[in-house]
Amino acid sequence: MIEIKPNKCDFCGCCVGICPVDCIELREAEIEIIHDICIDCRLCEYICPIEVFEHVETAEV
Amino acid sequence: MWRQQKYDVIVVGGGPAGSTAAQYVALNGARVVLLEKDRDIGVPVRCGEAVSDEGLRIFVEPDPRWIKSTITRIQLVSPSGHEIEFDMKAKGYILDRRIFDYDLAQYAAQEGATIVTKAYVSGLLFDGDYVKGVKGQYFGEDFEISSKIVIGADGVESRVGRWAGLRTQLKMKDMESAIQKTVTGIDVDEHRFDFYLSRKRAPGGYVWIFPKGPHSANIGLGISGKYSKGKSAMRYLDEFLQEKFPNASVVSTFAGGVPCDKTLKKIVANGLMLAGDAAHMVNPMTGGGIIPGMRGGMLAGQTAADAIKKGNVSEKFLSQYEKKWHKIGGKNHERFYSIRNTIDKLTDEDLDGIAESVAKIPEEERTITKVFLKAVYKKPKLLYDVMKVFAGL
Repeated sequence: MIEIKPNKCDFCGCCVGICPVDCIELREAEIEIIHDICIDCRLCEYICPIEVFEHVETAEV
Repeated sequence: MWRQQKYDVIVVGGGPAGSTAAQYVALNGARVVLLEKDRDIGVPVRCGEAVSDEGLRIFVEPDPRWIKSTITRIQLVSPSGHEIEFDMKAKGYILDRRIFDYDLAQYAAQEGATIVTKAYVSGLLFDGDYVKGVKGQYFGEDFEISSKIVIGADGVESRVGRWAGLRTQLKMKDMESAIQKTVTGIDVDEHRFDFYLSRKRAPGGYVWIFPKGPHSANIGLGISGKYSKGKSAMRYLDEFLQEKFPNASVVSTFAGGVPCDKTLKKIVANGLMLAGDAAHMVNPMTGGGIIPGMRGGMLAGQTAADAIKKGNVSEKFLSQYEKKWHKIGGKNHERFYSIRNTIDKLTDEDLDGIAESVAKIPEEERTITKVFLKAVYKKPKLLYDVMKVFAGL
């Protein structure tokens, strides 16, 4: 699962432009991943200029 | 109050593309509102702020208040440090986008457009298969506002097109992951653009130093998404600054994405148009998007106003805009895109080889054409791509 490190994002929108499923909601100074839509492709993590995203391994339920 | 008014056109986004679109809609007699999500037009600046004098003059007389530096020379630096300096044919500027963007919005307002900040658009309204307005939040309160046309000038993070079914997502290789710091307390040539081309320093992109006077500069870089996994743009920039300007003070930092793609084939739908970064109108070779954005905004605004006059906002009618853009800018951008891909194939050894042969040309005889000729002598494939570009100009 992708998570956003607190207080790190610059709200530039680079990740939104890349996201293949449009699961990132970006406002003036707020960012949120809609996990129900996210496919965990990690492209946001790879494109982010300032390493805002963190991939967290989640145990299968 | 704008929420109670009726508008023919809603523009989403208050950058150069959005403001220019709103200006040309209003100028041609239609009612238009521009919605900007941030609290200020022009802030935060997410841009190197470089623009050509010639490009700017298509739209406006350059105002000295916008200009931080006037540029007449370029220096290219090869991976191993060969410096190649030459005169530019035409001059360029480093702008202060905070003042520039604000003035563009003001021009739109003077023509009769309404400008609103802190208005976040979260979705489109539809009537059948026609876009009929937008919904969103203004200072956190929900609003809905209807229109005949929505122009999405909502930047690299554009979602307006996606909501109408256009695929605007960028491929990783076509996105430049960028970062810039405005630094001060350094000495720079205030009339020269510096570009560092090197796979080691900025894979799939370049480092830029754009002076803002003799002691300040925008120093930034972009790296292609093809290479950004594992080492971020920020790390590359910090390494560069540490090496070249270890004592610089940083007065501004921003991250950003630059869409370096061909323009989207489809930039209109029923009641909807895209302009600027949202339509992938940035020059894919240089990453420059101010002038293409304004051009897209102007063409979109003109066509939108015409569509309102004629009472026809169908995709078919609005595709005039698409055709006009592709005729003026789109074709060239396809060629620039091809050159970008060719440059991407050059290794640091190739770049050094080109730099060494260019360095043999006496400085006073150095022109961009001669530099290119040396480059293509070393890499004939580049000749083919460059010729395609110039044949099409």
